[in-house]
Amino acid sequence: MNRLYMFMAAALALILALPLWLDKYTLGIFVMIFYYAYLGQSWNVLTGYTGHISLGHALYVGIGAYTSTFLAQTWGISPWIGMLAGGLLSMTVALCMGYLGFRFGLRGVYFVILTIGFAEITRLIVSHIEALGSFSGIFLDFNPSFINFQFRGNMPYYYISLGFMVVSMIVVRLIETSRLGRFMIATREDEDAAEALGVNTFKYSMIAIAISAFMTALAGTFYANYIFYLHPATLFGMALSIELIMRPIIGGMGTVLGPVIGSFILTPLSEISRAYFAKGGLEGLHLILYGILAILVVLFMPRGIIVYLKGASQWIFNSADKK
Amino acid sequence: MNADLALQLGIQGLLTGGIYGLIGLGLSLIFGVMGVINFAHGQMIVMGMYVSFWILTLFGIDPYLSLMVVAAVIFALGYLVQSTIVNRIIDYPEAMQVVPLVSLGLILENMALLFWGPDHRSPETALGLDAIRVGSATIDVSRLMAFGLAILFTLCIFLFLKKSNLGKSIRAAADNRTGAILVGIKVNRINNISFALGAATTGAAGALLLPLMPVTPHLGHDFTLIAFVVVILGGMGNLLGALFGGLILGLAESLSALWLPATMKHLVSFGILVVIMLFKPHGLFGGKR
Repeated sequence: MNRLYMFMAAALALILALPLWLDKYTLGIFVMIFYYAYLGQSWNVLTGYTGHISLGHALYVGIGAYTSTFLAQTWGISPWIGMLAGGLLSMTVALCMGYLGFRFGLRGVYFVILTIGFAEITRLIVSHIEALGSFSGIFLDFNPSFINFQFRGNMPYYYISLGFMVVSMIVVRLIETSRLGRFMIATREDEDAAEALGVNTFKYSMIAIAISAFMTALAGTFYANYIFYLHPATLFGMALSIELIMRPIIGGMGTVLGPVIGSFILTPLSEISRAYFAKGGLEGLHLILYGILAILVVLFMPRGIIVYLKGASQWIFNSADKK
Repeated sequence: MNADLALQLGIQGLLTGGIYGLIGLGLSLIFGVMGVINFAHGQMIVMGMYVSFWILTLFGIDPYLSLMVVAAVIFALGYLVQSTIVNRIIDYPEAMQVVPLVSLGLILENMALLFWGPDHRSPETALGLDAIRVGSATIDVSRLMAFGLAILFTLCIFLFLKKSNLGKSIRAAADNRTGAILVGIKVNRINNISFALGAATTGAAGALLLPLMPVTPHLGHDFTLIAFVVVILGGMGNLLGALFGGLILGLAESLSALWLPATMKHLVSFGILVVIMLFKPHGLFGGKR
């Protein structure tokens, strides 16, 4: 384990120094890697550890992005504060939905459909609110300053998104090793058995969905101030919800490193192949490859790539120890 | 409230509901036999629309005539998907079952994008904009035709399931998997056929929907969600329930236009979805869980 931490510290040091050598485009790809790793990690808290499958996490991204942007544009409140407001709002929505879902015992596919339903309902409502830009969405003005969460160049975004990712990893690691985490995992493994042993699965599911929604919403604010354009179909749509769960699933659900590994593999693949195929007029081909990869991973490595990496690293360490 | 308008919308909704019922039937059949939710259902409908679009533009054959061909093509697609992917994931935990089918939807959607581009396409069909007047209401002939054929297709599937040996084995496998294996039914083959049959309903629905609305690659999610609502209304795995669920949903969406802007009609369906799921999780007519 200590070796793993040492390796991670070295990797972090390298990543911290990396912008010295990278151009703007590559830096942008790294921002997306960290952003999706963070989103995947947030989703992982709910689905990876508690086992309730959410296919509507775009809802929280959307709430985070719209709340902070609305507050900034209407009352000039700094997105840093708006980010927390968005997090709390999205937590409230998640708790309402979670209450309905967990109280009424919606499990498995039924819970999946409930999460999709909530995201779609919100998308439709937001698309009809004049103050939130209706169908056409909101454009953000560019006023670079720290208070406004807007910066020139990709460098500050690089460090902010990196910070998000690292903090999310620490948070999830802390949850995982705590009592809370044990109860969450018990809920995932067998909800009835956990209940029978006296674990209040309802409570821990609610805590998990609250943390997950709060974390996801923060990424929404980041997205808004990085892309400068909010569009209801993109932010609340199912496409984002799907995009967001691919990385933790391919990397390995219910692990701290899974979403990060998944993002380091998938995001560059997606960004580069998107650019490459779009040039040849083959739009959509990268998503086809994506889908095929996801199916193959689920069929042949249902526990994610991380299991194989673990095996490989153990083999390397063991053979190093023997010498 | 305007009674004529309500009547008009009611008729239109009921006719659309027939197609919804057909879509739901396929999803319900797949769930009933395998306990798997086909998250690529809507994308399969879009595929059906494009296949019939292709047949129409290449050979000039009207969607109503090519219906069976389209259904057969999507049947084959369903068979392939079941035998290569779904059979391997039947025993997986549910989280893992969701992913391959969602990915399949992603693949189909982007294949449509790749082959046919992002444009809205609304081909000229023989019946086109013909309409008949009944009293104060106007009925589109193509919608009426779609309704009639959807109901006919649904009845054929019912007859097949009730009367034929294969249909009986499918129902047996849906009722009790282990029992079916014990009496010598080849369950894997039954799975393939049920999934393919469920897919065929989407193909037929796609062909029927083509004259009614312009097709784009991104319609899939909406259709999938409609199918969910229908199936949850009727009860998961309850085939007759799916038909009624479709009619109810068609009516509700259409009548909602009296109070809400047309772009909000799905709000009604998602509202129904959430309420039914919470209070009648087995559907209005009972189903299997």
